[in-house]
Amino acid sequence: MIDFLNLEPVRILLYLVAICAFVGANAAYLVLAERKGAGRIQRRPGPNEAGPAGILQPLADGIKLLAKQVMVPPGTDALLFRAAPLMVMAPPLMCLATIPFGDSIVAVNLNIGLLFVFSFGSINVMALMLGGWASRNKYAIISAARVVSQSVAYEIPMLLVVITMLMVTGTLDLSEVVKQQAGWFWHWNLFKVWVNPLMPVTFVIFFTCMLAETNRAPFDMAEAESELVAGAFTEYGGMGFGVFFMAEYANIVVGCCLATILFLGGWQSPIGALSGGLWGPVWFLGKMYALIFTVIWIRWTFPRTQFYSLLNLSWKILIPVSLGTLLLTGAMMKLMPFVFPSLH
Amino acid sequence: MIAEKGLITSGHASDGTHETFTLNLGPQHPAAHGVLRVLMTMDGEWIQRAEPIIGYIHRMHEKMGENRSWAKFLPNTSRIDYLSAMNYTHAYVGAVERALKIEVPERAEYARVITSELNRISSHMVWWGALLLDLGGFTPILYAFDDREKILDLLEGLCGARLTYCYYRFGGLYNDVDDAFLKGTRDFVAHMKPRLTMYRELVTDNIILRKRLTDIGPISADMCRRYGATGPVIRGAGVAYDVRTVEPYSVYPKLKFKIPTYPQADSMARYLVRMDEMEQSLSIIEQALDLIPAGPFMAPKVPRVIKPPAGDYCYAVEAARGRFMVRIVSDGKEIPYRVKLRAPSFSNLSLYEEASKGMILPDALAMMGSLDLVIPDIDR
Repeated sequence: MIDFLNLEPVRILLYLVAICAFVGANAAYLVLAERKGAGRIQRRPGPNEAGPAGILQPLADGIKLLAKQVMVPPGTDALLFRAAPLMVMAPPLMCLATIPFGDSIVAVNLNIGLLFVFSFGSINVMALMLGGWASRNKYAIISAARVVSQSVAYEIPMLLVVITMLMVTGTLDLSEVVKQQAGWFWHWNLFKVWVNPLMPVTFVIFFTCMLAETNRAPFDMAEAESELVAGAFTEYGGMGFGVFFMAEYANIVVGCCLATILFLGGWQSPIGALSGGLWGPVWFLGKMYALIFTVIWIRWTFPRTQFYSLLNLSWKILIPVSLGTLLLTGAMMKLMPFVFPSLH
Repeated sequence: MIAEKGLITSGHASDGTHETFTLNLGPQHPAAHGVLRVLMTMDGEWIQRAEPIIGYIHRMHEKMGENRSWAKFLPNTSRIDYLSAMNYTHAYVGAVERALKIEVPERAEYARVITSELNRISSHMVWWGALLLDLGGFTPILYAFDDREKILDLLEGLCGARLTYCYYRFGGLYNDVDDAFLKGTRDFVAHMKPRLTMYRELVTDNIILRKRLTDIGPISADMCRRYGATGPVIRGAGVAYDVRTVEPYSVYPKLKFKIPTYPQADSMARYLVRMDEMEQSLSIIEQALDLIPAGPFMAPKVPRVIKPPAGDYCYAVEAARGRFMVRIVSDGKEIPYRVKLRAPSFSNLSLYEEASKGMILPDALAMMGSLDLVIPDIDR
């Protein structure tokens, strides 16, 4: 029995099913968490009718969306219009396959995991653009144009930050990145100020770019409902819209997983002990959900930025600062061994 | 001039390089806050021309005034700008009282000022929440409605209505302001002052909000004069025009208050004017609560059947959106000969086409939010 489970194809299949379930459950219940969180922030209870304290609300939403007709408006490119929701959902599922949730809990331990996640993460934008373009709706096309320029602007500082992290860790293997951060919480990359004094700034840049890449408020230009009605999703209804909606949360999960791995020590315990075995996923999910809560918190607190100040923020602030941290990290890594040989 | 165009027309700009397209914003658009349609000629996200098309909720209020008795028209006035119904009924009641030469008792006048100012605060709160919704901030509107609810409860206790109040009568009020209302209003003023400070700290000082509104949508004093824009729009252009001081009515001359003006003439100036006005209204309410005398709330000799002597009468008030004026023409009969309603939102919208030229879509919508339009007030 054990041998059977250890067969590579069986193991991967089981992991993929688990990942699909994880993404599905997360997408459904993050919507509820978001609505509950929004309710608390706005001094109201949030959904509380379906089931005790509203815990069946995602089920009710899902049934409602499934029961609706998937309308393809006349004049649209029907193939692309239908394909866009699938294209937006597949990449986060692929990305999660390489995410180490614990000591040995990873579907495929790629030695280029980081590169893999980023290459698949970029497909999300193409799907939104296709959806907007295929809709043949003016609001959707404006939104598609916005998504592309926003993504181009924010991919650059994000990748500069990732290159910085690559210099610090020296590996693209996500499990290896986590293993390097063992010990107390000051061993996390976020607090490694002796490698680069701007490490917390790097984290803030990464987090900001992640918000922009996943089209979350205050950077939700794709679905700026007071300007563009529903942006790229204007013509989508039923489960077509539902998949876009789920993909948004799946992308947030992937983004927060990456932030946890790169900066917050992944499945490592913050107190040095209790990090093996089943404690790994506990710490990992705890850190990830704390980040997701921050994402929700930000959404319900701030107004939306204007589109051009969003681009200005990237080109005029984030890119120079992330370039600066990159240079500083390089310089520090060359200089520090001479100044403090004991640290290295 | 309303140019009807097909929905998918596209043309070339005069230089022949840029292709433009027509964006039909509304009448069902989240930022229109009602059934306002704006036909936009867009160059990418830039607006070349934005032409507001109105009339989707036209209810012929002026014509309705000509076929019902003077008293029966009173409820109509509270349904024009449903967010500041008290001010609107005040203007109509005031015009008829001027025609009949009725002296309104002091107590009634003070009660009118208190309720009008409460109404102004509740109206500004709806505007504040709706503007933040336009800017993509979802939470402030629920905070605003939480506080507004207290005003609605107070006014409901007086006249039974929560939105379209019909509390004023020719010569006085529908019923007296009771002690419960006066005490409740005092409590509300005490409750509201720290809340306004909180609004300022949480929202007004937010850097994203400041970036969205500062230097966006300039509306100069000259433009206001040409289009007849009044209220916070002209005060946001640095002109201290307020009907309460320019054409004093009711007991406003006995009360001390400042007219907040900001010379920047941008969306932020209009925002700050309204935020300051809420503070001023609270101070007016406080003074009026101290000064309100005992006595009758109705003038003694108001005729049963109202037949104002033939003539032409005007009464203007400072409503939440600007100068609202009622002009009535009587030929001595039981029904008005003509009722003319001068609504502020109509004038404030009319400058939109000129002001929005060359703006980018999100900024233009932020500016529309800063005009505080109420669509039934535009269409009447």
